[in-house]
Amino acid sequence: MTTTNQVAIEAVGLVKKYGSTTALAGVDLSVPTGTVLGVLGPNGAGKTTAVRILGTLLRPDSGHATVGGYDVVREAGKVRSIIGLTGQYASVDEDMSGRRNLIMIGRLLGYSRTQARARADELLERFELVDAGDRIAKTYSGGMRRRLDLASSLVGNPSILYLDEPTTGLDPHARNGVWETVRNLVLDGTTVLLTTQYLEEADALTDSIVVFDKGSVVANGRPAELKAQAGKQSLDVRPAEPAHLERVAAIVAESVGTRPSVDVVNTLVSVPVTDGSSMPVVVRRLDEAGIAVTELSLRLPSLDEVFLALTGHTAEEKKSDAVLEGASR
Amino acid sequence: MSTATLEPAAHRSRPFAWVQQSLTLAWRNIVRIRQNPEALADVTFQPIIFLALFLFVFGGAISQGGGWRGYLPQLLPGLLVQTVVFATMGTGVGLNDDFAKGVFDRFRSLPIARISPLIGAVLGDAVRYSLSITVLMVSGFVLGFRFDNGVGNGLLGMLIVLLFALSMCWIWVWLGLVMKTAQGVQGIAFLVMFPLTFGSNIFVPASTLPDFLQAFVKVSPITYLVDTERALMSGGALQKPLLITLAWMVGLVAVFAPLAIRAYRRRT
Repeated sequence: MTTTNQVAIEAVGLVKKYGSTTALAGVDLSVPTGTVLGVLGPNGAGKTTAVRILGTLLRPDSGHATVGGYDVVREAGKVRSIIGLTGQYASVDEDMSGRRNLIMIGRLLGYSRTQARARADELLERFELVDAGDRIAKTYSGGMRRRLDLASSLVGNPSILYLDEPTTGLDPHARNGVWETVRNLVLDGTTVLLTTQYLEEADALTDSIVVFDKGSVVANGRPAELKAQAGKQSLDVRPAEPAHLERVAAIVAESVGTRPSVDVVNTLVSVPVTDGSSMPVVVRRLDEAGIAVTELSLRLPSLDEVFLALTGHTAEEKKSDAVLEGASR
Repeated sequence: MSTATLEPAAHRSRPFAWVQQSLTLAWRNIVRIRQNPEALADVTFQPIIFLALFLFVFGGAISQGGGWRGYLPQLLPGLLVQTVVFATMGTGVGLNDDFAKGVFDRFRSLPIARISPLIGAVLGDAVRYSLSITVLMVSGFVLGFRFDNGVGNGLLGMLIVLLFALSMCWIWVWLGLVMKTAQGVQGIAFLVMFPLTFGSNIFVPASTLPDFLQAFVKVSPITYLVDTERALMSGGALQKPLLITLAWMVGLVAVFAPLAIRAYRRRT
């Protein structure tokens, strides 16, 4: 990791409205060179709008942003020469082969025919698309298409890369592949801004996180700090016999010092805890009482719980806004 | 860093970079045609089928004793006009599709001239139009059509119909940019294209039409383009229809190209 203090991306007071809908309500961002910023939020929170402004595809209604020191509105051309952009929906040309997609971008960037071909071959190899290189992109699987999209955004060796929900809709294997690629790019010194709906993804890849809700930044910090802010872990105990629910609840209450919630339908006793220290106590008491359990776990907060803690509402309530964001594309 | 040390050529130092970028994007449209032959059906099979249908079904009735052979010299120049006029709407549909699928976002995030994707789309479609003109003319020749007014004039006719298509396509470029969906563009296009091409002198002599339709045919640019094509390919009065056609071409470009470019700038 580089230790430079330079700022790669800086945004101050970004506002974007569509009619009466406010997509961004004054967003500040700062990404030091060579680091990864995760923008976390539900559909419709304004993540894509922010990326589109920073990628010169949209003008903000007010506020300003610089990327690599260039203003995204007044010096859009210079910004475009140092960024790579990977959209939420892979923006490759589906009616061309993967290889031709990459050659086309190389040619547009001013490479000679030979250089563009060489660059395309190199990227196909790197993204394990050599065998599929001459097939039209329409026939690619979701993971392959996403890899091609990533490769397309890397043709010009950008120093700053935007990834808008790079793993949404991918299976775990494909997702791991994308993560690996992002990690390697960061090792090479690329600055990355990544939007995601998954706390796990932000946790795995980013140096710091901002949480968007309704077009505003509602929290920011390192992943660990956010999780601490986001609320407590929970200790879940599921007795093998539904009849033991009450006794398990009593044992948990005694051991932790807080009354647990009892879910009769799912046969689950659950209690918020600050750390895992009460777990051995619970295990010992259950053993003494001769109660068998099918599940005993310490659960990290889910995205919904993070949102609940940070915003006072869950991520699920916001489906209607997602449509508006889609329309702005 | 990656192993290759390829740096993009300094695009800003090359004043005509946009030309090369436009050509690259035109090349893209041609490659898409080659890799997706089924998308070509509307400019290849459709004209052949139209030619066969109209020629063999209506030929005997319309040519009054000449049979389909007598109808061919009248039909082919007209069908040529209908074919390219229909092909122009594909330009708008394709552009709309590129925007909807995010392909234009990719172009716009690259350090290239803003106008290049639009020029590339139109140039690429010029190839598509040329292809459909060629397919139709070759089919006509196979069935016995000949340039009775000389090969030079016949080729000039093919060029003029191509230029007309390039003028008219700006309507669809504009609609493709302002309308929400490709299906919407297509819907409007069919609504306009059918009355425009069938309500004309393409298939039957205009004198056989009812008065109100004749009034429409007299102002329709299609009529004059068809007359121009017939004059160049088979013989007849050329000057008046040619001048009116050229005036329409200038008018279409003067009105719709600025509208299209304004809509394009607004979306990019």
